[in-house]
Amino acid sequence: MLVLAIDTATLAVTAGVVSVDRETGAARPLAERVTLDARAHGELLTPHVLDAVGDAGHGLADLDAIACGVGPGPYTGLRAGMVTAAALSHSLGVPAYPVCTLDAIAASAEPGEPFRVLTDARRREVYWADYDAEGRRLDGPHVDKPAELTPAARVLDHEQPTPLGIVEAAKAAILSGAQPDPLTPLYLRRPDATEPGTRKRVSTS
Amino acid sequence: MSRIVMGIESSCDETGVGLVRLHDDGTVELLADEVASSVEQHARFGGVVPEVASRAHLEAMVPTAQRAFATAGLELSDVDAIAVTAGPGLAGALLVGVSAAKAYAAALGVPLYGVNHLAGHIAVDTLQHGPLPAPALALLVSGGHTQLLRVDDIAGKITEIGSTVDDAAGEAYDKVARLLELPYPGGPPIDKAAKNGDPTAIAFPRGMTGPRDARFDFSFSGLKTAVARWVEAAQRRGEEIPVDDVAASFQEAVADVLTAKAVRAATESGIGTLVISGGVAANSRLSSLAAERCEAAGIELRVPRPRLCTDNGAMIAALGAHVVAAGCAPSSLDFSANPALPVSTVSL
Repeated sequence: MLVLAIDTATLAVTAGVVSVDRETGAARPLAERVTLDARAHGELLTPHVLDAVGDAGHGLADLDAIACGVGPGPYTGLRAGMVTAAALSHSLGVPAYPVCTLDAIAASAEPGEPFRVLTDARRREVYWADYDAEGRRLDGPHVDKPAELTPAARVLDHEQPTPLGIVEAAKAAILSGAQPDPLTPLYLRRPDATEPGTRKRVSTS
Repeated sequence: MSRIVMGIESSCDETGVGLVRLHDDGTVELLADEVASSVEQHARFGGVVPEVASRAHLEAMVPTAQRAFATAGLELSDVDAIAVTAGPGLAGALLVGVSAAKAYAAALGVPLYGVNHLAGHIAVDTLQHGPLPAPALALLVSGGHTQLLRVDDIAGKITEIGSTVDDAAGEAYDKVARLLELPYPGGPPIDKAAKNGDPTAIAFPRGMTGPRDARFDFSFSGLKTAVARWVEAAQRRGEEIPVDDVAASFQEAVADVLTAKAVRAATESGIGTLVISGGVAANSRLSSLAAERCEAAGIELRVPRPRLCTDNGAMIAALGAHVVAAGCAPSSLDFSANPALPVSTVSL
């Protein structure tokens, strides 16, 4: 089956097409388009999707599923990827599966010992999650200052997920054929907004 | 053959999806107008919080589109073109609508038009009152905009004649409402209170009406401060605030300046049609005073019904239909939203 991978939780604008064997679950990347520009998520994502699908020798109508990174991510562009996935899912009639972006990065980890995934959360903070040796998430995702973290045996510092990683992280759900979970963003932070206090007087006397 | 145009709006705190039918004779028929508002989430902050609005757009976008198609009894595959607000508006909010519109256009294989939100507020009038005579004058009044526009061609040529130099009219309503301890947004409660008040009770200043002031620009910041000073002085004297009179007198000052300048602009340019649109167009005193003054000046007044005046997707679909009918080239799929898009750019 043909799966479209999308992620805009990092500064990368990521789109790719991955073929997944329904029987064996083997996943093979066919084409991808990635641009590193945090301000171009809204501009480039759909063109990247079309180019990647075209490069893979297909059209959008050939897609069987979408896997989309839902953060955590510090950029307003996170929503560009998610709403693109939601609108494609609606208009193509294919399911869109949410993927924690840190899990998608973890899916590219070499097996061995337990590890931590860290991404830049800006404001001098990091998003992080801890995984066991098999890549199962044990803790997180969280957002913290780096100095507040306990040491980790191994840190994976890939800055963005690959299309293959995104699809690997969603693969169990995709192959199960189950109704996907809703595409809910992992913001981890409240909006910056304060309720107004007492109004300031304008009279000087 | 008639064409179906889908419109997507997300410039501020309303997620709107509209569907219209563009007939062969150029008339545009409203089929669906679904809106999800996040206004209640902003109320406690006393104004729109961009991040809160953007989050709400993401949640509401596809469900709102689904409702629009259900209401219209149409399938996605019936769509012939898509229009989306490219600006002006809040950057993060615009991004959601623009991204969704690109995905819909790519999936459906139809042309996409990035269009101007302000022009949409004018175009929406054609859904109710039919084709707009050219030239027409438009007074656009909302929480974010206060502008006088000359419309030579709704699909291509709109010129700003004047605008506010500080607060938008709707913003002044919100601030005065807060001063009078009335709820947010301030327009409806002030309009309601004003009905029981005396509009001549307090002589609040008419901003930008001096002999040396720009003739078609507006200012509402001084008016808001004058209301605050008056209320504070009354409080100092230990008097109870006559909320109804303050609301009526403030509203009279706003409606007076807006209508006087609009009618003067139309008269001086020999324009016979005035459209008033935007959220504040729903204000009862603004429309009654405009009707009175337009009649005296022999100007046709067109005010869309309140539901069409506030932000919605139908206005963007309507504008998109006019842009399609005019044969304008579609936007490239890599365009970016422009929070400061000038009104002279009707479509990208």
